[in-house]
Amino acid sequence: MTVLSALARPGRTRTLAAYGLAAALLLLAPTVLSPFRLDLLAKFLCLAMVAVGIGLAWGRGGLLTLGQGVYFGLGGYLMAMHLKLADAGPGGVPDFMLLYGTGQVPGWWEPLRSPIAAILLILLVPAALAAALGWAVFTRRVRGAYFAILSQALAAAFTILLIGQQQTTGGTNGLNGFRAFFGYDLADPANRLMLYFIAAAVLLGMVAVAHQLATSRFGELLVAVRDQEDRGRFLGYDPALVKVVAYVVAAVMAAIGGALFVPIVGIISPADVGVVPSIGFLIGVAIGGRATLLGPVLGSIAVSWAQTSISEQFPSGWIYFQGALFILVVAFLPGGLASVAGVARRRRTAERSRA
Amino acid sequence: MNDIDLTAADALLGTDTARFRHDYLEVRGLRVEFDGFVAVRDVDLTVTQGDLRFLIGPNGAGKTTLIDAVTGLVRATGSAAFGGTELLGRTTHRIARAGVGRTFQTASVFEELTVLQNLDIAAGARRRPLSLLRRRADPPAAVDQALETIGLTALRDTPAGVLAHGQKQWLEIGMLLVQDAHLLLLDEPVAGMTQAEREETGQLLRRIGSQRVVVVVEHDMEFLRSFADSVTVMHQGQVLAEGTVNEVQNDPAVVEVYLGADAASSDATTTGSAEPVATEGDHS
Repeated sequence: MTVLSALARPGRTRTLAAYGLAAALLLLAPTVLSPFRLDLLAKFLCLAMVAVGIGLAWGRGGLLTLGQGVYFGLGGYLMAMHLKLADAGPGGVPDFMLLYGTGQVPGWWEPLRSPIAAILLILLVPAALAAALGWAVFTRRVRGAYFAILSQALAAAFTILLIGQQQTTGGTNGLNGFRAFFGYDLADPANRLMLYFIAAAVLLGMVAVAHQLATSRFGELLVAVRDQEDRGRFLGYDPALVKVVAYVVAAVMAAIGGALFVPIVGIISPADVGVVPSIGFLIGVAIGGRATLLGPVLGSIAVSWAQTSISEQFPSGWIYFQGALFILVVAFLPGGLASVAGVARRRRTAERSRA
Repeated sequence: MNDIDLTAADALLGTDTARFRHDYLEVRGLRVEFDGFVAVRDVDLTVTQGDLRFLIGPNGAGKTTLIDAVTGLVRATGSAAFGGTELLGRTTHRIARAGVGRTFQTASVFEELTVLQNLDIAAGARRRPLSLLRRRADPPAAVDQALETIGLTALRDTPAGVLAHGQKQWLEIGMLLVQDAHLLLLDEPVAGMTQAEREETGQLLRRIGSQRVVVVVEHDMEFLRSFADSVTVMHQGQVLAEGTVNEVQNDPAVVEVYLGADAASSDATTTGSAEPVATEGDHS
């Protein structure tokens, strides 16, 4: 019910206040966090970008996207390829290709030498893949668990492909050791701060886009198609088209997150894009509250933070903790932590009406 | 509960009649087969504007399947044309855009969205994609008229899921009106309604029927006697009889199907002969 009351009455002031608070916190973070912690936060923000897209596609559109690692990975690998080529200089060959490969840059790497082409490809390749896959799947009316399994299988296939192409993708090691980001030295603390601010600004921009989409007529249509697909069809809408749009937006957001993840973290490997990270993206969204605006972002950041701090204390404890958290949320708080306030309010009203 | 407003219905129905004024539904030789089982065969059906047509028949007679075929939900052979446009072979949403609207046996509205949002979505299938990205400012005039028509103006910001059963069914009819459907296929529109609600719904359907082509699948014989202009009786996937209420009721074949051969001889002429059927629910 919180979803629909929020959807019916967007409560603009509250949304704006929350948004402003989030922006202020992100702005102030560099003054209190050490450079190491700030780098971590920047990484969490990149992962949260994926969550914003999932919140839209899953929370509003009901598309259980279990394979967002693919789009995250496409954005990340395309960015990493560009950075490797830029590091190698004009006509140069990335270091790992000299070690494992033929010492020749493959033809499909060449377009990524240009920074503009790299940025365009980071946006267009995931969008095109998501559009093609979404169209093929949704027009055949594949949905629910079948769609989830399919998207997860895609993530598995993607990692297998990456690992198999050691000479051109770096295999299990992935791509790493970047020295500069569009000409800015990555070892310079000032540039690392800039990267953090870029990530924060992009994330806030994505939240604004997601908010606009959710409160627009498209957002209403997305909920309508999620709940009564046939009804939408009999009103003259093509549900497949509505879902494809949501899926593509989610894919592009994941790709941008992946692209910024690379210079901030300094490595992208199959371990960052496979089945397990894909599920990890989803867990943050589920815990935060998939159908709310800020729930996916806060949930994702909280889970990433918990993962880091718990792993620091108990190196192998995180995976159990994550599982337990997921079970608790699914069993007792299907609306995520964002619904706690609503649940408490309803309980209080119920008690009052009983008294 | 608020009431149906027929004046508002007139205002709404009168807004655009030029496009489909002389159109009619023409079904010829329609056949639907499921894995070798023939659910509908050789159905011919012509329904014109101003002729409120009721479609009746025992469970499994193929009434809903016929509507499913016309709206593209199941594959069919033969022909079904509305306004000169062949409907068979098109996808469901294209059939809807050709002016065909339907309701379901169980009221299917968007439960998480408000009454207003439901109607706004119904009115919007012809909107340009980019306009969808904006927030709704004022709802279209047709939406306001539809709210008046179905008596839900006061409940416009209520989620459709919490509406009473009868109100949901009215909302569905309102959605068909703002959708600008000119062929309305209604599957048991008064099932579960109170007597007063049935009466009001019947009046509204009459009003709609004078401006649109309307086909109603219904089991309630009293409702049928009160509001039907003509009746088509289906049995085992075929059209058994067609005519006015009186003609159909006195048709020996119809009486036999509904009451069995024994009753046909003794009870054929009483108007209440088909009454037992009204208690059955058809979920075919």
